[in-house]
Amino acid sequence: MSSLLVLEQLLNGVQFGIMLFLMAAGLTLVFGIMNLINLAHGSVYMVGAYVCASTFAATGSVVVGIAAAIAASIVIGILVETVVFRALYHREHLDQVLATFGLTLVFNDGVRVVWGSTALYAAVPAFLSGQVAILPGFLYPTYRLAIIVVGLAVGALLSLLIARTRVGMLIRAGASNRVIAAALGVNITLLYTLVFALGAALAALSGLMAGPIFTVESGMGDSILILAFVVIVIGGLGSIRGAFVASLLVGVIDTMGRAFLRSLLALVMAPTVADNAGPALASMLIYLVMAVILFLRPQGLFPARVR
Amino acid sequence: MRASLIAAAAALALVAGPVLGADKIKIGFVTTLSGPEAVMGNPMRDSADLALDMLGGKIGGVPAEIVYGDDQQKPDVGRQIIEKFLEKDRVDFITGILGSNVLLAIYQPVIKSKTIIISANSGPHQIAGEMCSPYFFSTATQNDEGAEAMGQYMTDAKITDVYAMAPNYAAGKDMIAGFKRNFKGNISAEVYTTFGQHDYQAEISQIRAANPKAVFVFYPGGMGIQFVKQYAEAGLKDKIQLYSIYTADEAAIPALQDAAAGNYTAGNWSADLDTPRSRAYVAAFRKKYGYTPANYGADSFDAIFLIDSAVKAVKGDLADKKALIAAMAKADFPSVRGDLSYNVNHFPIENFYLFKIVKDGESYALKPEHTIFTNYKDSYAKDCKMPAVE
Repeated sequence: MSSLLVLEQLLNGVQFGIMLFLMAAGLTLVFGIMNLINLAHGSVYMVGAYVCASTFAATGSVVVGIAAAIAASIVIGILVETVVFRALYHREHLDQVLATFGLTLVFNDGVRVVWGSTALYAAVPAFLSGQVAILPGFLYPTYRLAIIVVGLAVGALLSLLIARTRVGMLIRAGASNRVIAAALGVNITLLYTLVFALGAALAALSGLMAGPIFTVESGMGDSILILAFVVIVIGGLGSIRGAFVASLLVGVIDTMGRAFLRSLLALVMAPTVADNAGPALASMLIYLVMAVILFLRPQGLFPARVR
Repeated sequence: MRASLIAAAAALALVAGPVLGADKIKIGFVTTLSGPEAVMGNPMRDSADLALDMLGGKIGGVPAEIVYGDDQQKPDVGRQIIEKFLEKDRVDFITGILGSNVLLAIYQPVIKSKTIIISANSGPHQIAGEMCSPYFFSTATQNDEGAEAMGQYMTDAKITDVYAMAPNYAAGKDMIAGFKRNFKGNISAEVYTTFGQHDYQAEISQIRAANPKAVFVFYPGGMGIQFVKQYAEAGLKDKIQLYSIYTADEAAIPALQDAAAGNYTAGNWSADLDTPRSRAYVAAFRKKYGYTPANYGADSFDAIFLIDSAVKAVKGDLADKKALIAAMAKADFPSVRGDLSYNVNHFPIENFYLFKIVKDGESYALKPEHTIFTNYKDSYAKDCKMPAVE
């Protein structure tokens, strides 16, 4: 295998990881600050993909599509937070899982009602189709590169927001001690709604970028949600930095496994056995990694500070 | 007491089976009507509806009804639908069936119930060979055949160094096995991906690095749409010729558009196949539904007419299974592919064509370029010891 191929697969892994990061960031924020397990996060991802794909197809403008998807997700985020989640903050995690799982069922059937049960196929905007020469003779799809750039930019903004701004300070205060922060006059209710809307917008961004790569269909958020949970467990619950490192780790390991595991196995076993074992092992790889990391560091790679 | 006896009697009368000279025929139609594979299931349902319309709502002169079930491409959901068809709807025929995983799961219960089942798409090799049954018919193809045709064509065209890919499930394995049966050139890699995978960037990077002379894939429905689109996105479309089966077809073209242009595919039918029956079917279908049917639709259209021909031949006497099956085996119906006949395993003996996807006005079409096989028989019929009908 050439080094160029390894580089290309590395980029593929980073691109997948970036999409996971946008999903995991919202999930880990909501968990870290509100101590809420939100299975409905995948639904916002799905709605983001649906709204962007259908608006883009109807108007022909990807900007309108993105704006509509983000706006829709923020509205959904605020609605769901005020109507459903406020009743759940003081409940056990099991209650939260049950209620938010119910929400995913509602959303999965809701999109069928609105958009029909046939999957949508989102188009890549014309200016992002084609390839870019990263190195001489090394072409990479423009759209995939755009995902990496957008994801990195959002990640940088997010860390700035949390580390350097007043809102970020309040978020950190709320995360480390909710009661004291409230006693000091911070409007915790408003802060929660804000964090929730932010998480929803990030999920929708991930979903709308995933639209042309994965198929826009009912239930599309469920499979990526599982990976996002793997990411936040590996990264340490509540930690944005952990989520970033862990998503790149998961993205790269998954892609490398799919790309190279079969040929590596073929070196030590019969090719027909490797044909079967390679893909099977590749799909398990990230879970194996998660098990090992949890064994060595049960609190994850970058645990949020203890409350 | 008396009232409850009467109620019980009435209930019994309600569940009693179809009597001699049925006064109503029910057809259970199971296919995938939701999710990414619905692009193939929708034309199947629409074609069956169209066929019943053209028959004036009657099968063999008997008023008929088609009940639909959405298997969501899941074998267990398919099983539940079949149970409902057999026990609640008490259907006389079962047809449709998009996925081989679903067909293999429902096959035994249907055969045991002695209900006639007509596959309008899936054709796993087990059913064509040692597991063959008189109660099973296909109006489509045995899975391997399209791939065998493509393998034959690529051998004839002296193409070698081929990179082969398919999803890791029953039909995927059949397709690659079929391709290898007739392909005499060198296969540089044989890659199986997870069923239902949609992001192929990692695999496409591997193809680019391997730089083969040609790529052969079987990615039905949503998987194919993503693969062919991403293959074009990666800039490989014009560099390494893509040959596919059941991948870049009429079901996928609305989503693929230019990404499919120039690809080759092989099969038993395309909407541009020039037979009078096919032209009439495609015209009626487009008029009613506003889109172009793929081969999944054409084979479903044929399935309804096959049932019609057999019911007509036995004059509506559905109880005589032996006569009904004998009538079906004659394939005495006007197929969209011209005249068909049945092999010993109840799979059609038919032609296979090479299609090229070309721009046709505003849309794209599968233009027949070349007849690869004439009156082709599948490779598993020799393993079929067809049991007698009891």
